Amino acid sequence: MAEAVIERMAVRRVGRGRLFMDPNVDKAREYFRQRDRRLVPKVTTVPEAVARLVHDGDYVAVGGFGADRIPTAVLHEIVRQGRKDLGLSGHTATHDCQILIGAGCVNRCDVAYVIGLEARGLSRASRRQFESGKIAVAEWTNAALAWRYRAAAMGVPFLPMRSGLGTDTMKESAAVEITCPFTGIKLLAVPALFPDVAMIHVHRADVYGNCQIDGIMVADDDLARAAKRLIISTERLVPESAIRADPTRTAIPYFCVDAVVEVPYGSYPGNMPYEYFSDEDHLRQWLEVEEDAAAFEHFLDKYIRNTPDFAAYLELCGGIKRLQELRRTELMLHAAIGGGGAK
Amino acid sequence: MSAPAYNRMELMICLASRYLEDDRTAVVGTGAPCAAAMLAQKTAAPNLMVMFEAGGVGPILPTMPISVGDSRTFFRGLAASSMADIMSSCQRGMVDYTFLGGAQIDMYGNINSTMIGGDIQRPKVRLPGSGGAGDLASLCWRTMMITPQDRRRFVPRVDFITSPGYLDGAGAREAAGLPPGTGPYKVITDLCVIGFDEATKRMRVESAHPGVTREQVQENTGFELLWAPDVKESAPPTSEELRILRDEVDSLRYIIGRG
Repeated sequence: MAEAVIERMAVRRVGRGRLFMDPNVDKAREYFRQRDRRLVPKVTTVPEAVARLVHDGDYVAVGGFGADRIPTAVLHEIVRQGRKDLGLSGHTATHDCQILIGAGCVNRCDVAYVIGLEARGLSRASRRQFESGKIAVAEWTNAALAWRYRAAAMGVPFLPMRSGLGTDTMKESAAVEITCPFTGIKLLAVPALFPDVAMIHVHRADVYGNCQIDGIMVADDDLARAAKRLIISTERLVPESAIRADPTRTAIPYFCVDAVVEVPYGSYPGNMPYEYFSDEDHLRQWLEVEEDAAAFEHFLDKYIRNTPDFAAYLELCGGIKRLQELRRTELMLHAAIGGGGAK
Repeated sequence: MSAPAYNRMELMICLASRYLEDDRTAVVGTGAPCAAAMLAQKTAAPNLMVMFEAGGVGPILPTMPISVGDSRTFFRGLAASSMADIMSSCQRGMVDYTFLGGAQIDMYGNINSTMIGGDIQRPKVRLPGSGGAGDLASLCWRTMMITPQDRRRFVPRVDFITSPGYLDGAGAREAAGLPPGTGPYKVITDLCVIGFDEATKRMRVESAHPGVTREQVQENTGFELLWAPDVKESAPPTSEELRILRDEVDSLRYIIGRG
């Protein structure tokens, strides 16, 4: 039976999409062999981390889920430092897409989900970038990108999946159709994705980069392990003893991490589970201003390029008072306290 | 007693909710599908297990989520897991229902949410892309849609197959390698409820909404619809369904306010 199946094994290229990143696991092993493993403090500033770890032309991947638990301060700094020609993993890229693609930092993208902000509407600025042909794309699905991170995290060159067979998405991907050597069914092989650099926002990290995440992981456990370089932005720094007191909760171990930056409210205007809700007013303001290209450039200047740091951005957006409202919204305290709260 | 007044969105949500059986699992998005699942939980399917693609499992939804990854999707949940975990459950055959939307849909239930135009590198209109939709349509047992019906949306051929329906007809999903027994189940529009003909896998109207004529349904469709031999009138929302929908599911009228 097995022999017969092996004879029938076929490999068929279904995707004509570009493979932006090399899935060669032996090259990756050589990289990881050289990777610094020392348990040393990695706390730094956002500008230093971005200057050292994010380069023009890099392929970047952003943790969280679009406007949920995203490393906004790091994304702003990439724009502020004028990075260009970046590749982007579009694994539900929503507000992160709005920032990086809207500001023109990206020239190629593995698309699973871009330009939309889910139920909120569409980002005109990033849509213009795609429609003008400025961004080379390969199409994927969210599961395909999550499993591509997982393959890289596992150190294997691909994972097989049953999703997407027969779709145009996979024709515009770099997936390959294979036959299962055990059962003979058709599968799509999706290649390992090792991003040059990833940035992930977490609830707690120690100075070495051991991280805890509350709520859904999205794909960040695998992404942290797949990335060649990793910037952690954290709501708060905690002592190493807090990590060691409950090692079950370590989502990302220190040896995956290159820099730790402490950014309170660092997912704003996105949601941070158990901390603060998304600022829907501010996200609506982004969507509206993007309708006019010149007005959007002015908006980016005001809120990002000419703003010294993330704390100043938070001030521009209403500061502590606004954040307090969003905290109450997240914890659903308005009914108990009175008042309508942030919408 | 006179029949209660309702809008199109309320009608679609109520009709969709009735197809969700108790003790089943569903991956839903935000908006109308989430409202349909919440309504089902508060009516005939109290043990319908709701999951969200970013990792939320079995929340006690306090309000409508805005994002399928926001904190509401695992509020007092049974698990806060991951994209890979939810998609693996779908691939393993554990997920019964999913709901999808899109810019275009054809007679085989193929859905386009990627682009309008012919060249993906330079699309006439860029749309968000698959997200998890292509995966859910591939892997969940029954795919449903809640959508307005018009000729722009119901087209003979979608510009791009993002989420696979029955591809080009009976047997095509299986030939492509998609898991057997999966595929589009119901399309709930503002005019009618559509199922799929067993022999051809083409769209087949099962019921037309009160006051909607056969001509009206066909006029708003860019291809020829099949009709079930016993086309009925869709049963309108009951006052109890409307009360729950308005008071408990969507009291801020985020979704039903669009009707």
